[in-house]
Parts: sequence; structure tokens; C-alpha cells
Amino acid sequence: MRAPAPAYAANLNGETIEAVRITLGGALIDAVEQVGEVALYVERTDIVDALTKLRDTPGLEYQQLMEIAGVDYPERPERFEVVYCLLSLTRNHRLHVHVATDDVKPVPSVTGIWPVAGWLEREVYDMYGVLFTGNADLRRILTDYGFRGHPQRKDFPLSGFVEMRYSEEQKRVVYQPVSLAQDFRNFDFQSPWEGAQYVLPGDEKGMLPEAKGAPTPLKADDIVKADAARAPTATPKAGSEPYAKTTTDSTANTGAGKADAGNTAAEKPADADVVPTKGEGQNQ
Amino acid sequence: MSDYVDELMHVTDAGDPTTGDVTISNYTINFGPQHPAAHGVLRLVMELDGEIIERIDPHVGLLHRGTEKLIEYKTYAQAIPYFDRLDYCSPMCMEHTFVLAIEKLLDIEVPIRAQYLRVFFAELTRISNHMLNLGSHVMDVGAMTPNLWLFEIREDCYNFFERASGARMHHNYMRPGGVHQDVPLKLLTDIADWLDTRLPRLFEDAISLVADNRIFKQRNVDIATVSREDAIAWGFSGPMIRAAGIPWDLRKSQPYDVYDRMEFDIPVGTRGDCYDRFMVRVEEVRQSARIMKQCLRDMPEGPIASTDRKVVPPKRAEMKQSMEALIHHFKLYTEGYHVPAGEVYVATESPKGEFGVFLVSDGSNKPYRCKIRPTAFSHLQAMDFMSRGHMLADTTAILGAMDIVFGECDR
Repeated sequence: MRAPAPAYAANLNGETIEAVRITLGGALIDAVEQVGEVALYVERTDIVDALTKLRDTPGLEYQQLMEIAGVDYPERPERFEVVYCLLSLTRNHRLHVHVATDDVKPVPSVTGIWPVAGWLEREVYDMYGVLFTGNADLRRILTDYGFRGHPQRKDFPLSGFVEMRYSEEQKRVVYQPVSLAQDFRNFDFQSPWEGAQYVLPGDEKGMLPEAKGAPTPLKADDIVKADAARAPTATPKAGSEPYAKTTTDSTANTGAGKADAGNTAAEKPADADVVPTKGEGQNQ
Repeated sequence: MSDYVDELMHVTDAGDPTTGDVTISNYTINFGPQHPAAHGVLRLVMELDGEIIERIDPHVGLLHRGTEKLIEYKTYAQAIPYFDRLDYCSPMCMEHTFVLAIEKLLDIEVPIRAQYLRVFFAELTRISNHMLNLGSHVMDVGAMTPNLWLFEIREDCYNFFERASGARMHHNYMRPGGVHQDVPLKLLTDIADWLDTRLPRLFEDAISLVADNRIFKQRNVDIATVSREDAIAWGFSGPMIRAAGIPWDLRKSQPYDVYDRMEFDIPVGTRGDCYDRFMVRVEEVRQSARIMKQCLRDMPEGPIASTDRKVVPPKRAEMKQSMEALIHHFKLYTEGYHVPAGEVYVATESPKGEFGVFLVSDGSNKPYRCKIRPTAFSHLQAMDFMSRGHMLADTTAILGAMDIVFGECDR
């Protein structure tokens, strides 16, 4: 990780995943490490039990619930994902727990474990329409009194359905359907030749983005790993040793008599007439 | 009327009410949404027993602008200004979190000078934020003068921000990969002078008026005490959790940018009341000044943004000569950069507490989901149990010591 992001004890990621696998058992669907963060995927019905264990098990100790975020993936059968962001003050570690649901299957409320979840669940309900059983006060929180719909869903238009103005005749604020003076414009800058998802044979290197910020089918996680492999790992030499000592006692040291690394049979193209281009050639 | 006469004639007995007598029931009042002590548009529905608060139901969302929805329709660069408008009292710290989240997904290196500049201005923002909060807190409990003096400092901060970024309040200064532009040397020397002379003089003068003041203490000491267990369970962060006695500061425990090179102390409260919260912030201002001085001392020369031209746009002078720079500029300001797919939760120590961004990217040039974790949500939610059993007039002290800004709370 080269970015100067908050450095919590990311070296605990591996052992955390191991401990979670043992502690949660069947409730855990998957535990992965992405971009230096631990993400747990948990069965919806077991969420309260799982989070209680994450809070109370020695060695996990996630005392604080910092955030509950909803995410909408309309193409999935269970379109909503509820993400609980936990923080351990004693171990200085973070993880997030993901639960999948849709607009009719309720998620058990965690207000019994953390009272702060009350408003956080209200917000997810308000924004996505995810129901929480056991939350005693599941009202809307951010939208207006009497608002209809769930605005953060991907199928809810950015402009909304109603707008309000002060009516001079009725001497009060009235709602009316949205009328846009100019059509809503959403530009798609995706180039047609950047949409290809397949990789041409011999072009595996082309998967890696040529620079940060260029389009790439790779996940952020893969890029971090690829960069870690490429980054120089050798420690800089001490001042007293300005250059590395080399010996030329035997041919093993000098490499004399061996084939050049690029000239081995494995490296040679099968068909000598076809030389694979490096990276993205003109024809690809 | 006849009841009233009967009462005057002591015909009815208040101690033994019978049918027709007036029974005292709980009284419900509305506090806000338009109230100077509500620090914005907060509506509190209060249930009172006489002057004692029985229950508070805060109604938030009156300033909801759909920031998270709007960000999903903007490229990453276009989304940064929205963060200035969240907590408009500490805009740079909001940008800082978002920028760090993007960088974590991009895995991009940031030059050291840019990291120093970010820390430097984040701390200046902290001072400016605390000036507003401390000032309005003392004004909410009845003192006028310190607020005026602290606003002097805040005005100085805004002048510095203007000289660095061109804008007084909505800076849009930080960028993934660095900051927008370098600061002139004169600005740094001016801030150094200000840190040595004007800031301590004005600040210590103003605080000396209230810190040991009898009336101020009567209004704040032992008001809304929060135990360590409650602070953890209610998701407190920042000065709120430190006042409860937990030495937790993300700048120290999870350092980002060059905070790991800084030397500073974390003030911790002993009783967890409003006075502790006030004094923790007072000490944080001194520590912020200390961090800024270290930044000025150690800040190296060098580039202020990554040289990765796929993320950071070239300077205008370069574009006059280089075709490649022109293309990069055009692509970055139309399509923007693509952030590889992934999910991160990045939280930083904003002046009000833990400000987090849960960023989901699908590999395109726009965020798929950008959930903003406001500090105010957990703190304001605790308002109910914190003010239970206190007097109505204590509400303003409790609210003032929470440091709530509704741009951030309602998003």
C-alpha cells in the first residue's frame, strides 16, 4: 500500500480472518481481504449473533459500530447490501460485515448490541427501504415528513419526482411534479474500445493499467498486490557499503556459459514469424 | 371561572384531585428548527416535566441535500467540492477523507510536501472549527466577549485559506495525489508569525475569561456526564470520546499522511461532562498549533502533487507547449480518471470526531456508492440519554459541547 491512507493494524488482517472463521462458523459465508481491509459476508438471519460474537470474543473485540451503509445492486437477486463498519479500540483494527437482503426480507436489528444502530438503521430504511426487525423506532430520518420512495435506490431518479415551492394563492408551501427547464443530462465518457472485457492471448500484461487512473478491468486489490510485487524490496545499502560485493571465483557467480534469460526455449515464441507485441499494439 | 373561584376559596384540594381538577401532565415543546442555539436547523421535540427534561426526540434531515446521491452522478474530481459543503466549519478535513479514500483504491503515491501541506491545512481547519464551536458554546451559556475574540482568529484562518486556495470557505484544495497548488513562502511565514504571536495572545485571553469562570463552570460541570461504556456503545469519537476518558485519536492510532512524524499530545477528560468536552477542544487548539509549527519546520521542498498524469492534471503552462499535456488535461476534465473496483472504508480525525467515507467503486469514472459517515449522527442520537433529568436550559450547553453542524449531519 503506497497511498497515505489511515494506517491501522492491517498486519492483523490475516489472523483476524482465521479467528473469525473459527468463531462464526456456519454463519460466515465468506471472509476476504480487499485493498487491505477485511470484509466478512454473513448470513442475514445470523447477523445479531455474529456481531455479538465479534464484539465479545477475546481476540476480536470490535467494541464500536461506526457506520451502517446500504448499497444497492439492482442486478442481484437480493439487491441490497447492508454493511456494518466495526472498529476495535483495543486492537486498533477495522473490518466491515456485509449482509445481503431485498426490500421484503427484514434484517434483524442490532440495536440490542449497540444503541447507536437505531439511527443508522433508520437511515438505511429511509434511503433504501430495507426493513429491520426489532428496531423500535423505524421512522424516516433524513427525508421530509411525508416523503414517498427511497431516494438512494439506483432506480430513483436524481431529480426526484416532486419539487416544492411557496404558493402565493394558498399562502403555504406546496408540492408539485418536477418540471425541468432542461432535460437531465448524464454523460457517458466510456470509450467504445475500452469496453472490452476479454484478454487477447499473449496480452496478459495489458491487464495492468499503464498508469494510475487509467481504465482497468482489475480490482483495486489486484493492483495493490501487483504493485507490491513490482516495488523494490531490497533495502538501500549502508553508507559504508556503497556497492554490492561481487565475486568472480567461479562460473556459477558470473553466469558464463549459460543461455541468456531471454533466449531460453520457454521464452521463444512457438511460431518465430509471429512476434507478440508488448502491451497494447496497434492491431489490438 | 367558577372552578377558579372555588380554588381561590380553597374549596378544592390540590393534594387530593377529584374530577374536574387540572392534573399536571408532561409538557411537550418544540425547540427549533429556527432557534439560534440549535446550531442550524435542528428540531428537538422535548417532553418536559416542569423544567426537567424527560425525553428528547431530535428531528434531523431539514438540511438534507442528497449529497451521496449527487456524488454517484459526478466524476471523482467533481465530487470533491461536495465535501466542502458537508461540514462547512471544517471543509478541508472533509476533503481530506475523501481524497485519502480515492488514493487507497488507486494505490497512488503522494509527495511528501503535499502530505505536509494537507496535514498543515487540516490542523488550521481544526483551529478554525474549534474557534466557532468554543465561541458559540460560551455564547450559548451566556458569555459574549470570548466569542468575538475567537471569531477574530477564525477570520485570520479564513484569510489564510483564501491565500492558499482562493476561497474562504469552500476550498476544493485537496486532490487525489496531492493538493491543487503550492503555497507561497510568504503565506507560510505569515502563518508562522501568527502562530507565535496573535493566535496564543487572542486565544489564551479569550479562554482565560471562561475557563475558570464560576458561572461558566456552574453551567457546564457535571452536565451530561457520559461514562466510558456509554461513549463506546453509542459510537462516540473525537473530543466526545476523549472527554469521556478514552485516549483515542485517529491521528495517533491510525496515522495518515505525515501524522506519524508529528509529536503531539492527546488531551483526555476525567469526568465526561460538558466542561471536559470544552477543555479537550481548548487543548486540541494548542496541540494543533504545535503540529503546524512542526510542519513549518520540517516541510521539504518538492512537488505538491503526484506526477502521474492519468490522475493529476498538468499545469496550464505545460499545456501551451506539450500536446500530451493538453490531451491529459482534456481527458481528465471530461472523462476523469478511472478508479479500480473495490470497497474501502476510510476514516480520519475530523475536528468533530471520526469522519468516514465508505467508497464503493465499480471501476468506472464515477463512484458507485459513497456513504458518508457523519460525526454528528451518533452524538446527536445520544442527546436523549445525555439530557434526561437535566433542566431545559442545559440543552444549549449539551448541544454546544457536542459540536454539531447540520451540513454534515443531514448531508
